[in-house]
Amino acid sequence: MVATTVAATDDTLIKRPNAFRRLMRRKGAIVGLVVIILFVLIALLAPLLAPYDPTKTNFLLVRKPPSAAHWLGTDEIGRDLLSRMIYGARASLQAGVISVMIAIAFGVPLGLMSGYAKGWVDSLMMRIVDALLACPFLILAIAMAAFLGPSLTNAMIAIGLTQTPIFIRLVRGQVLAVTVEDYVEAARALGNPHLRIAVRHVLPNIVAPVLVQATLAIATATLAEAALSFLGLGQQPPEPSWGSMLNVARQFISQAPWMAWWPGLAIATIVLAFNLLGDGLRDALDPKES
Amino acid sequence: MAEPILTVEGLVKHFPIKRGVLQRTVGHVRAVDGIDFSVAKGETLGLVGESGCGKSTTGRLVLRLIEPTRGRVTYDGREVFKLSGGEMRRLRRELQIVFQDPYASLNPTMTVGAMLREPLELHGIASGKAADERIRELLGLVGLAPYHALRYPHEFSGGQRQRLGIARALAVEPKVIIGDEPVSALDVSIRAQVINLMQDLQKRLGLSYVLIAHDLAVVKHIADRVAVMYLGKIVELAPTRTLFRRPRHPYTRALLNAIPAPDPRLKRPRALLQGDVPSPIDPPPGCRFHTRCAFAVERCKVEEPPLIADETGHATACHLWPQIADKVGVGVGEHRLPENPRLERLKAAFRPA
Repeated sequence: MVATTVAATDDTLIKRPNAFRRLMRRKGAIVGLVVIILFVLIALLAPLLAPYDPTKTNFLLVRKPPSAAHWLGTDEIGRDLLSRMIYGARASLQAGVISVMIAIAFGVPLGLMSGYAKGWVDSLMMRIVDALLACPFLILAIAMAAFLGPSLTNAMIAIGLTQTPIFIRLVRGQVLAVTVEDYVEAARALGNPHLRIAVRHVLPNIVAPVLVQATLAIATATLAEAALSFLGLGQQPPEPSWGSMLNVARQFISQAPWMAWWPGLAIATIVLAFNLLGDGLRDALDPKES
Repeated sequence: MAEPILTVEGLVKHFPIKRGVLQRTVGHVRAVDGIDFSVAKGETLGLVGESGCGKSTTGRLVLRLIEPTRGRVTYDGREVFKLSGGEMRRLRRELQIVFQDPYASLNPTMTVGAMLREPLELHGIASGKAADERIRELLGLVGLAPYHALRYPHEFSGGQRQRLGIARALAVEPKVIIGDEPVSALDVSIRAQVINLMQDLQKRLGLSYVLIAHDLAVVKHIADRVAVMYLGKIVELAPTRTLFRRPRHPYTRALLNAIPAPDPRLKRPRALLQGDVPSPIDPPPGCRFHTRCAFAVERCKVEEPPLIADETGHATACHLWPQIADKVGVGVGEHRLPENPRLERLKAAFRPA
């Protein structure tokens, strides 16, 4: 507000603080963003950061607690947990973010089309979505991953496609609510083509719930990757992912609890970080927040 | 009357009512059921009636924001409903709308500048620096400052937002503006401001208005002619002065009768309307007003009265109006109560010195 009042004396149409600047005023969002950037850096720089080869076994070091040599301890076949955590960040971040990007890439345009076009397009789409949502999320993801074949990429595609109907339904509902607003009718009265109305007048007004859903979906996707890895449909052993590490640790929870601590902590932290960022983004993108 | 710029003939809009799994049509809401009117260049036509009588639907039909069931709208020699998508979009430069609710009619995610720039670029009116200049002009035209272009709609008051709505409509330099209750959502203190602005713009830019309203005081002030609608039909259409002085249709008379007089001693026999407006799904046969009309006779229940204009341009859809003109109604049988000294003293206290 202060910036715009100052601009008032200057007779040019300068820009007001943009969404990014507004985001940077929120502590929670900054914390979330910093954590995410940190995890991304760890994932990218894994070969430089990891002290050991994450897949190298050592039967003299089975299930050792944290020590000076192995900061986070070792797992059931003597692999260094720190190295596995660092490399595991790659799989988990990819599984979380890329699968949700796939879901958004399909879900948002389809939902927008369904809600905007209405009629038979909408009816058909909603029946398909109903059918997909009738299956439990994990079952569907497992079925799809099994169909595509076991690999991390296929697991991400399976998770993404399984989450798509949730986004279609969400976006479609929001679009229905927004298209009855007078400003959409005004946009039509001004002679905007349909595509432009959908993209410029409807879409920006439904971003907030999509973002919030996306942060939740990243959390779900990270956990879904863990489940798929557990079934051998995600990250293929011996390559690490937090989910598969957690699932293995489950069997040794009383003998070697540290095996479960680190992946559990990492998943919780990254999910929290995405939620904080999502919250901040929602507020920053809402023009009513100055 | 000057050459009409906009002509509406036999306009009908029936909304289907769908029920059940198979979405069968079980009936129709006859929102607009055959209306005719025209608007001349620079003229203001008031369109009044109760809620649900089809005023707003008429406005949206004229702009083709909804498709009609039947009928014809001619703008400047072009038949609006026969235009292709592209032709229609070009025509939208000439016909604009100002909405009732200034809180719902502006996109909350667009700055005022972006909102005003869009129509300019869409119709190739101006771009870049020229558009900046035009945005400044438009804001000035509605009494706002250039820096307002940077703000979002929620940063404005209701009256300012309504002026922004007008600025957006003016951006494309239209010839006709449909005002769908443009001031009814505003505080009384702001209404005059917006109405004066609209009148001022009309004079300067030669605009024609179709002003949809239920506030008769506003219509009396701004309209050149007034059409009164009841259940999807026009029942009376006349020059404003004539309509307010000598209303003919019993419905118009009842509407005018419901306006409170600013004189506490004035007593008049009131022929107020009884009951509710019948459902537009199944409107009464014959004259649609006969169920609530104090003068209705047998003929009114079977024969629908046509809207017939006399040589002064005063059109009425009533079988009986010549016979009932002197019966109880507005301006007939009024009388004043004797002076009340106490009331007079009270009133004197409120008069400006």
